[in-house]
Amino acid sequence: MTQAETATAPATVNEPTNGTPLLELRDLHVYYGNIEALKGVSMTVGEGEIVTLIGSNGAGKSTTLRAISGTHKPRSGAVMLEGRDIHHLPAHEIVSLGIAHSPEGRKVFSRMTVYENLQMGAFSRKGEKIEPDVARVFDLFPRLKERRTQKAGTMSGGEQQMLAMGRALMAHPKILLLDEPSMGLSPILTEQIFNIIREINGQGTTVLLVEQNALMALNAAHRGYVIQTGKILLADTAKNLAANEQVRQAYLGEI
Amino acid sequence: MSPMVRRALTLGLFGGIAGIHVSLVGIVNTFQTRDLIADIVTIGSVIPMLIAIMVGWLAGRAPRHAAELAAPTALGAGAVAGAVTGTILALLAILVDSVSLTWILVNARPQLATILQFEQGPVVGSVLLIAGGAALGAAGAVLHILPGAIARSIAMAGIITIIVALMEPFIGAVLRNVELRAIEGFLYDSGGLTLPGFILVFALIGAGVYGWATRGDRARARVEAMPPDRRRAAKIAVYLATIGILLILPQIVGQRLSEVIGTVGIYVLLGLGLNIVVGFAGLLDLGYVAFFAVGAYTTAILTSPASPVFTPELPFWGALPFVILAAALIGLAVGAPVLRLRGDYLAIVTLGFGEIAREIFKSAWAQPVTGGAQGILSIPEPIPFSRDPQSIYYPILFFCILAAIAATTLASSRVGRAWNAMREDESVAEATGVNTIKYKLLAFGLGAAFGCLGGAFFGAKIGVVFPDSFNILVSINALALIILGGMGNIAGVVLGAFVLVGLPELLREFAEYRLLIYGVVLVVMMLLRPEGLLPSRSRRAELHEVKDEDDDDMYADEVGEETGRPVVTA
Repeated sequence: MTQAETATAPATVNEPTNGTPLLELRDLHVYYGNIEALKGVSMTVGEGEIVTLIGSNGAGKSTTLRAISGTHKPRSGAVMLEGRDIHHLPAHEIVSLGIAHSPEGRKVFSRMTVYENLQMGAFSRKGEKIEPDVARVFDLFPRLKERRTQKAGTMSGGEQQMLAMGRALMAHPKILLLDEPSMGLSPILTEQIFNIIREINGQGTTVLLVEQNALMALNAAHRGYVIQTGKILLADTAKNLAANEQVRQAYLGEI
Repeated sequence: MSPMVRRALTLGLFGGIAGIHVSLVGIVNTFQTRDLIADIVTIGSVIPMLIAIMVGWLAGRAPRHAAELAAPTALGAGAVAGAVTGTILALLAILVDSVSLTWILVNARPQLATILQFEQGPVVGSVLLIAGGAALGAAGAVLHILPGAIARSIAMAGIITIIVALMEPFIGAVLRNVELRAIEGFLYDSGGLTLPGFILVFALIGAGVYGWATRGDRARARVEAMPPDRRRAAKIAVYLATIGILLILPQIVGQRLSEVIGTVGIYVLLGLGLNIVVGFAGLLDLGYVAFFAVGAYTTAILTSPASPVFTPELPFWGALPFVILAAALIGLAVGAPVLRLRGDYLAIVTLGFGEIAREIFKSAWAQPVTGGAQGILSIPEPIPFSRDPQSIYYPILFFCILAAIAATTLASSRVGRAWNAMREDESVAEATGVNTIKYKLLAFGLGAAFGCLGGAFFGAKIGVVFPDSFNILVSINALALIILGGMGNIAGVVLGAFVLVGLPELLREFAEYRLLIYGVVLVVMMLLRPEGLLPSRSRRAELHEVKDEDDDDMYADEVGEETGRPVVTA
């Protein structure tokens, strides 16, 4: 990690300047049984950024997000949210501190309606009015509005992805963790989803984006990290990473 | 041989085997004592007929993924299947008549042959059996030719009429009790329906089912079109009327039936509690009897002078708060260690807990407290109510209503939403901010409270507790009644409790075959109506969604993948 840090290019405009980034991972070690999935991952996400974590299958991308949202606890290391270590907190408390996780494989509540899914998204905000947020989500995803009363399980893959993202936004997150939003979607829909990610970010939500589609992710992000077999390999601005020879060969499909 | 003929022959063979089975286990002989239509048809001889109708119906059904059969084909297939069943039964009758098999099969008596041959002797009887089998098989196949609503009405009317005939002692007693002897005399005669009574009941029920099938949607739409305040008023009126009827019920039905509805009420309590755990929170608990046992034993220990450990005996109502406390504790004790288990694993562990609870109550180690295998005797009646079944009914009713209100309120609350989310996907629920540990324990605790209340009344009602009353059948009954009635729906729980607990209590004389009938009913239910008799609206939608889903595929094509079909789960 220190290696990776030194490899970072000069700070970008979005690099946190006040010393405490919105989210910081320090030397995270995560295990599945005896298998070490993350071998000391460190990274930062500054307020207002889109940061992407790219890497191949099994590199530890989703594990990193799970460690942040508390759905899979790290064995050691720290997850700092605004300077406070939250790695030991249960998942439901982490949600109310402002981290919303849109899990891999668009896991919507398939037997609930679109509206009920969104309602669940706001579960951590007990007793607050949710209608303005529902309106905001419907603004971002007009198609969900059309399908408001439809059972989520009967919708297409793209719609379920939109619903999963919308549901995560309902929690009013400071930072939105998106796990492979483009998985299984057509190129046109992927394009749309990424535009919406930019829009969400433009409205002030920080985004940490995990993707296999490295090209799209680096296009949308400010900064990026490359992860390989549980370790951060590279860390740089998105632009630099997209130009990096190693990245181009390994992840952008160029020879 | 054409596949249709082969199928009909196979089904007929299966029908014959089923017929041999019910004959030799003695069902035919036992039900022979009761008439469907007085002096004309006994229920014992109706059973082989029902089998013939059933195989005819199956044979006349279109094969999977094929178009409906043409009417003559269907009728022919039904007749062939029915005739095969009839032939096999005719052979059985001749065999039973000529060779004495009673030393190994106690029911293979000549009497059985007489019943099967319609008391007409071997030759005429066999011809009657085969021809009758063919006719009934064809009749079963006719159900496919008739429009669906009519066929269903006939089938329902047939089943319910048989039940009405079987219920003669009780319905007759009720009618006498409310001084409607004229109706009783018209409907019943010497242990069965009269012929006009049979026709009337059959026609009334058929017409009712048909009316609901064809006009029910319109009636429902009219209710939904009512302005909200009028709808509310109508709803309240229905509730009040229901409660009114429930309040005078013991006076209408008399002593013996009050006893039965008290037992049904206890199972309604159990069902409502288990429904919270299984139906709402999705935690499959197969050891629910543990809570029932704890409730009964806590009551017994605190109130009975026969229990040595706790001497200043409390009255029943004084003990009740402690019962609920015990429920909460045992709920946590069972819930906490299994918090991390999901699905099948949870089911197996809770199954173990249920058995452990009974063994502990029974053990020599616990004998000073629980009385071991002897149990605890002389639990006092819940004064000021006496042990008279007509008055103990009221406190049970009160707690059932309380439990029903609690369950409905919870289902539509924030807690209900959290359970719902957990039931669908536990890890996603957690990721959206549901404290799954808290809500699981809450479900276990509430379920335990209702279960323990049920146990307390069980103990108080019969006045004694024995460890062997708390076997796995109680758990299975409670689970089966919510599945049969329709999970997640309170009316369904009540109906399920009546069918699975009330009917067997009433038909004690046939108790031997209780589990056999029970199993058949459950299998048939799961095949024909998996959502239960009275499902909650959302669950019915889930299980029948696949049919009317086609219009949703338009976006699916656009992204080039299948829509996620809803998964059928119980």
